[in-house]
Amino acid sequence: MAPLVQSSQPWVEKYRPKQVKDVAQQDEVVRVLTNTLETSNCPHMLFYGPPGTGKTTTALAIAHQLFGPELYKSRVLELNASDDRGINVVRTKIKDFAAVAVGSGQRQGGYPCPPFKIIILDEADSMTEDAQNALRRTMETYSKVTRFFFICNYISRIIEPLASRCAKFRFKPLSEEIMITRVLHICQEEGLNLEPEVLSTLSSISQGDLRRAITYLQSATRLFGSSITSKDLISVSGVIPEEVIETFFAACRSGNFDLANKEVNNVIAEGYPVSQMFSQLFEIVVGANDISDEQKARICKKLGEADKRLVDGGDEYLQLLDVASSAMRAICNMQEDFS
Amino acid sequence: MLWVDKYRPKTLDQAMVHQDIAQNLKKLVAEQDCPHLLFYGPSGSGKKTLIIALIRQIFGPSADKVKVENRTWKVDAGSRTIDIELTTLSSTNHIELNPSDAGFQDRYIVQEIIKEMAKNRPIDTKGKKGYKILVLNEVDKLSREAQHSLRRTMEKYSAYCRLILCCNSSSKVTEAIRSRCLNVRINAPTDEQIVKALEFIGKKEGLQLPSEFSARIAEKSNRSLRRAILSLETCRVQQYPFTSNQIIPSMDWEEYVSEIASDIMKEQSPKRLYLVRQKLYELLVNCIPPEIILKRLLFELLKKLDAELKHEVCHWAAYYEHRMRLGQKAIFHLEAFVAKFMSIYKAFLIAAFG
Repeated sequence: MAPLVQSSQPWVEKYRPKQVKDVAQQDEVVRVLTNTLETSNCPHMLFYGPPGTGKTTTALAIAHQLFGPELYKSRVLELNASDDRGINVVRTKIKDFAAVAVGSGQRQGGYPCPPFKIIILDEADSMTEDAQNALRRTMETYSKVTRFFFICNYISRIIEPLASRCAKFRFKPLSEEIMITRVLHICQEEGLNLEPEVLSTLSSISQGDLRRAITYLQSATRLFGSSITSKDLISVSGVIPEEVIETFFAACRSGNFDLANKEVNNVIAEGYPVSQMFSQLFEIVVGANDISDEQKARICKKLGEADKRLVDGGDEYLQLLDVASSAMRAICNMQEDFS
Repeated sequence: MLWVDKYRPKTLDQAMVHQDIAQNLKKLVAEQDCPHLLFYGPSGSGKKTLIIALIRQIFGPSADKVKVENRTWKVDAGSRTIDIELTTLSSTNHIELNPSDAGFQDRYIVQEIIKEMAKNRPIDTKGKKGYKILVLNEVDKLSREAQHSLRRTMEKYSAYCRLILCCNSSSKVTEAIRSRCLNVRINAPTDEQIVKALEFIGKKEGLQLPSEFSARIAEKSNRSLRRAILSLETCRVQQYPFTSNQIIPSMDWEEYVSEIASDIMKEQSPKRLYLVRQKLYELLVNCIPPEIILKRLLFELLKKLDAELKHEVCHWAAYYEHRMRLGQKAIFHLEAFVAKFMSIYKAFLIAAFG
């Protein structure tokens, strides 16, 4: 491999906590895992929760702390969605790895080195049901020498028999204070200077996802240097400025079709992603005080429909115009449906 | 040489619009490292120009020597091998291609080319750029699988190759890819910026350009700089010296669509529908994309309609456009829209005038 330039390493990797106790906010998990470190025994684990809350970090950290750098390669198997994880892989690769016996637990170089191996299955919710079924027996047969760590966003996508074999831990979205402390720590290390107001913008656009917050911060630093304003952050994050949405919605309220059409044209010409537009519009519609619940429902129904059409590859301009026209009809109590 | 190409800014410093973005990109390159980039924005806003200028900024003048290649890749896909043909534009340091041209096999193209680039890494160690650049156009037209495999390859080969992705709407690029790239939104230039660019070209060419005339071109171009420059050149050929009320020729297919629109407004009958169908076919065989036809048709119809009908018409336009994506033959859906419009309009006329 070419020697990587130090600065090209993503900060997300650079500041990934190396130890379980450094993981932010997930106290329950941290307590159980610190216990594991002392007794060198642990159950199968299932981590679930929204992205960017530290699931993968925790799993990797515990693996590193248990085995240390030397044994890590031979004791830990890490598979994520980008690796092929069809049923064949479960039957061969995972099974072969799980079957290998390991030496009895002796501390080596200050690491506990318990007598089992760890298989980390990242993004387990993207595994097929068949593949998950194939794992069931494997988990039990080799439970003496192997522990499984499943990581997923949606626990409902993990089949029940697998879930019942594991200790489940939910990872909570990060609160604003904790996120700000982490970000401030990185800012100090990287020599950045952020205003408090910028910090709160950062935490609001990243919505509890620390990874996203750090990525935005790094992109903004690369583009704009060490002094970053809220506006810079918004421009790298792809979030549409509040004013644009407000103007758009105001045009819908006005009941004037041509005005709305002009606004739609403007949004498209400015290049704002329409899917993003929909989700921000949705928030405004739901939060609006002066329109009735029924009107809100009508708009939301249309938003859902238009979003689906967009996913199917529909044209952005036409769909946005359709949403604008429906919203206008809902707000001004015009005819609802066409047949 | 067309003016569009002649006056295309060659370096980031020369950029006439998007100066701020160009300066930021320059800073980015100056720091010796360049993340993956995703440029998105409407067509004619200058994405390509910025990308070419950026590549030049990174690799110096050697990036100008591009050769067009038509190559066949042999891809091993499980049990069989497939041959895929694709045209690429490449210099020593970058390759540019349109992976969506390969249709449903685009996934293999993405993987194969990136792998190949990773294999022949530049050997000279004195050159401090240890990576090549792969420019992928129209990423929004890539299939889901291709986008997923792109996500994996992006990380795996990030040491040797940087991707620059370019697309019109970032809604159709998966979140996973967007979060791995530095997103750069390129907005369409405003009318004032277009006027400025036109005046700049006018000065360089030594033309007398009345200001009302350039303002009219800008307004007509629909915020696409490329189109504005092209129509300026067309006008130059047609009539010079310019007069401020000179006719700006619009594109012939647009004339044609507006003809269709007035046909529809004049008479609503199966016979007229038959006539319109022939015209629509005419447009389709001339390779005008069906969604563009539909959008233009809607635009023309909206100009002539009463406010109360507009809602309904735009609803149906969105409806049939979606159907067109899901279906196979565009003509059915275009015709269905026309028929629908005719029935709505006829009902409206009967209700209004009896």
